[in-house]
Amino acid sequence: MNTHAWPTVFGGGESERTRGGCPSPCGLDVTRMLGEDCTASRQWCHADIISTVEFNYSGDLLATGDKGGRVVIFQREQENKSRPHSRGEYNVYSTFQSHEPEFDYLKSLEIEEKINKIRWLPQQNAAHFLLSTNDKTIKLWKISERDKRAEGYNLKDEDGRLRDPFRITALRVPILKPMDLMVEASPRRIFANAHTYHINSISVNSDHETYLSADDLRINLWHLEITDRSFNIVDIKPANMEELTEVITAAEFHPHQCNVFVYSSSKGTIRLCDMRSSALCDRHSKFFEEPEDPSSRSFFSEIISSISDVKFSHSGRYMMTRDYLSVKVWDLNMESRPVETHQVHEYLRSKLCSLYENDCIFDKFECCWNGSDSAIMTGSYNNFFRMFDRDTRRDVTLEASRESSKPRASLKPRKVCTGGKRKKDEISVDSLDFNKKILHTAWHPADNVIAVAATNNLYIFQDKIN
Amino acid sequence: MNPCPCFFRLGKGRRGSIRFLSPPVFLSSDLQLLQWGSEGSLNHRDRNSTPQPLLNPRGGLLPCCPGAGRGRGLGAGREAVTSSRRRKNMAGASGLGTGPGAAGGDGDDSLYPIAVLIDELRNEDVQPPLENLATVEETVVRDKAVESLRQISQEHTPVALEAYFVPLVKRLASGDWFTSRTSACGLFSVCYPRASNAVKAEIRQQFRSLCSDDTPMVRRAAASKLGEFAKVLELDSVKSEIVPLFTNLASDEQDSVRLLAVEACVSIAQLLSQDDLETLVMPTLRQAAEDKSWRVRYMVADKFSELQKAMGPKITLNDLIPAFQNLLKDCEAEVRAAAAHKVKELGENLPIEDRETIIMNQILPYIKELVSDTNQHVKSALASVIMGLSTILGKENTIEHLLPLFLAQLKDECPEVRLNIISNLDCVNEVIGIRQLSQSLLPAIVELAEDAKWRVRLAIIEYMPLLAGQLGVEFFDEKLNSLCMAWLVDHVYAIREAATNNLMKLVQKFGTEWAQNTIVPKVLVMANDPNYLHRMTTLFCINALSEACGQEITTKQMLPIVLKMAGDQVANVRFNVAKSLQKIGPILDTNALQGEVKPVLQKLGQDEDMDVKYFAQEAISVVAQRLRKLDFPVKDSGEPSVPRADKNHFPRPRVPGEDTGKGPVYPLHGDTRDTLAQLEIAELVHFSQSRD
Repeated sequence: MNTHAWPTVFGGGESERTRGGCPSPCGLDVTRMLGEDCTASRQWCHADIISTVEFNYSGDLLATGDKGGRVVIFQREQENKSRPHSRGEYNVYSTFQSHEPEFDYLKSLEIEEKINKIRWLPQQNAAHFLLSTNDKTIKLWKISERDKRAEGYNLKDEDGRLRDPFRITALRVPILKPMDLMVEASPRRIFANAHTYHINSISVNSDHETYLSADDLRINLWHLEITDRSFNIVDIKPANMEELTEVITAAEFHPHQCNVFVYSSSKGTIRLCDMRSSALCDRHSKFFEEPEDPSSRSFFSEIISSISDVKFSHSGRYMMTRDYLSVKVWDLNMESRPVETHQVHEYLRSKLCSLYENDCIFDKFECCWNGSDSAIMTGSYNNFFRMFDRDTRRDVTLEASRESSKPRASLKPRKVCTGGKRKKDEISVDSLDFNKKILHTAWHPADNVIAVAATNNLYIFQDKIN
Repeated sequence: MNPCPCFFRLGKGRRGSIRFLSPPVFLSSDLQLLQWGSEGSLNHRDRNSTPQPLLNPRGGLLPCCPGAGRGRGLGAGREAVTSSRRRKNMAGASGLGTGPGAAGGDGDDSLYPIAVLIDELRNEDVQPPLENLATVEETVVRDKAVESLRQISQEHTPVALEAYFVPLVKRLASGDWFTSRTSACGLFSVCYPRASNAVKAEIRQQFRSLCSDDTPMVRRAAASKLGEFAKVLELDSVKSEIVPLFTNLASDEQDSVRLLAVEACVSIAQLLSQDDLETLVMPTLRQAAEDKSWRVRYMVADKFSELQKAMGPKITLNDLIPAFQNLLKDCEAEVRAAAAHKVKELGENLPIEDRETIIMNQILPYIKELVSDTNQHVKSALASVIMGLSTILGKENTIEHLLPLFLAQLKDECPEVRLNIISNLDCVNEVIGIRQLSQSLLPAIVELAEDAKWRVRLAIIEYMPLLAGQLGVEFFDEKLNSLCMAWLVDHVYAIREAATNNLMKLVQKFGTEWAQNTIVPKVLVMANDPNYLHRMTTLFCINALSEACGQEITTKQMLPIVLKMAGDQVANVRFNVAKSLQKIGPILDTNALQGEVKPVLQKLGQDEDMDVKYFAQEAISVVAQRLRKLDFPVKDSGEPSVPRADKNHFPRPRVPGEDTGKGPVYPLHGDTRDTLAQLEIAELVHFSQSRD
């Protein structure tokens, strides 16, 4: 793939990177780590918009998918004596085209190549595996390294041409010769034709052999080795589509209990299902819903209560849901209301009407936990993202942009002015740029390293290293 | 090892939303990969790549990946195979676009398959190959490697086993990645019996640690090999070591591990005495039968017959029957269906003297409820075995208790249930005779025969010969014959095709006289039908019936009709006439062939339609050969006397569907694509020789 097709060049010159920082409310000193050269003047194209970001289980690899169907994988550099600051830098490891645009001739529908989700599989050997999905098709990719090359094949000449099979009169054993390290991505399985609607989530089970895929109305269960069969475990499609009142917005397996998964709905509710009790999980075993506050009821109540993302905590005790204005933490043992509610951008409540008109109100923000479940992060507009420290109840707004985050400098907390006098360094609600939104973020499973996707730019920030 | 035994077996087509049956929209390399493994894929692969040996069938998918140039990452070592037939598959599969003519050609004595194997193996830097293959991530490859290692282990002397093989197993068992540890699980049982005591202790220790491995994959592998390993252990070790392992695995946090422990339970139970079973195994098994996860309960139901045999009659009566009752009324339909499937075997495995009472008192009440179950899969599972109970219960009980159930199921709303009952009629026939049922049977059959779903109609047609045998010719003529004829004009081709085959089977059953009186006239009338599809059906029927009916009927009744249809205005009919003549040619005598068939074929050979011409020429060659054979009988009558197109002289790619084993019977029929050559050779060879 041409490098210019990916306008952000990661891991640029060493000189650009500096260290420093200021304490943030989460106890996280965020440092801009990787520079991007996407200048404001340059017109980036639609295909470059990052559509998903995901760390693998060890955190050494970070995968991003974009609207052009590409997957880019970054690898964390190991400690290096000659370059003391290089530890923790993420550099491009592999880039490949995961999905191509297709056309469904039966339904006369274009199938976009946009990568909706990426999920890593637990590492099982020297290679890494990930699942990537667009609206319809899930693919299992193997990313492996090769530093040896075989020479002396029986079936082909040195220049790669095939030999006539009848001319093979003697056998030889190919010899392995060392060569430059090459990372190759190869498709191992293709799971297709199981979804009528658009796939919004995939999640790997803790038994390491099955995963689920959810679309607007159904959830299917797959075996990782079987591509021609999947099992429908949830189906909320009404017999008459006019009676449709809610859709599935996200689904995830419990991190430890192989039989438990949750799915969220556009009505702001979450259902927890136990696969032990029945083969079909149409009946949930737990139902999480917060009673609506009648005083704040408005035309937009239903839209903004729709859940855009659901994530289990690493411990498996809690789950977090993101709706339009807030992020909520639920204890799995308490269905009646969330244990925590954090306002992400409450100041937008007065702007819902215009957000409805420019369709921003339907944006699907994702959320993520830090490695120890003590902090959570989610995105907002104007390239802002928010972090909440669950223990100290402090929160911070940070901005991912080239201008505000100078290399090696700490990120400064940002404030949005909500009426009244605008103080210095504050930004008024009216001047927020709603085209700059941060929908996808990811947090390293062990360290304080975060990846933030701002349209076509990927920012990786890291805790301050003294 | 099937990694997930029950869950991925049932549920086929449970709902409209399961759409796994539809073929993929695009040609995915993955699907090709799947095909490579199967025996039947040879032809398929050949066909794909025959036209252009250099075409890489995967070319389209990879170029965007960094590894595209290599192209082989995908297929690398997907199948490590041993049989030569399989190797040929791999030849096609190596993705190099190798001329598969070579693979399909006379591959067995060429070096080609070995060359492919060697080239495949280089993919993993192989030191030693099998050990390395046992650690790759593709399960198929690993399983094959383990299989080969197991075979190799038998070739080792005890000394060599300890010097080389056991260390290999140890290396695998302590490998970093789960892939090598899972492979190790399958190797303990082959080296244990011949190892020394010290080594035995080590092996047991290693197996123990794999049973409590961190990753569920390894625990699953260990659980699935637990029974096999138990069999080679000393009885004391089984009691002291295997049973605790079994208990642990049976209470594993992962459902997929627990359900495999049920399987191990069967093997372990076979080794232990009744008393030990009661104290060591039964508590765990009881727990499994009441497990919270339906998948584990499903496994208990699925393995019930084996468990019953292993546990012996006493435990069966005290424990298993009550457990079975619970499974029959389980809240999960999958479990009920699995249990319903086992009803008959359960009865058969009970001690003969009290099985009647046990079934009557303890099982039948539950069966009665299942007949009206809410889930159709449960009902159809029951319907597929319930008839078998009649032989166990005897005539009176069957009439009094089972017959009402059969009748109820014959009226079930779900066609599959009715079909399952009808398909097993023979069991009941032996016990009470079919007359008891025929009153209800007939409406059920008629309803299925007219079902709106053609697959249902197809299924009932397939049971027609069986039914005809059970019901007898009179009943058949009276009630069912008209149905069989009606299917001939069904609007679905598959039904018409099945109907013609059905007629052939009926003729085989009832004899030619019956055919001449009842079937043939009706079939021949259709030759004048205004619908050309029906006229063609006549031809298809003649194709199917001619052999069963014999020369006389074929020559006197069928042949004139066929010849008359050679003047049909629809080309499809005409070329089917040619095909029919080719088909019935061997049955006819020389005079008919020479005097009637040949002129008609020659006329068709001049037809304006290309297809008619083609098939006429093909028929001509066959008929000519037949004539020659009749004129010059050869001693070695099995072989046609024409100079055969020796396969060594014509190294050509095989045509899909051609039987590679026997070689072409009619050499000219071989390459049907090459019409021109066909015509030329037909002229040269056949008519010059036969025209005298």
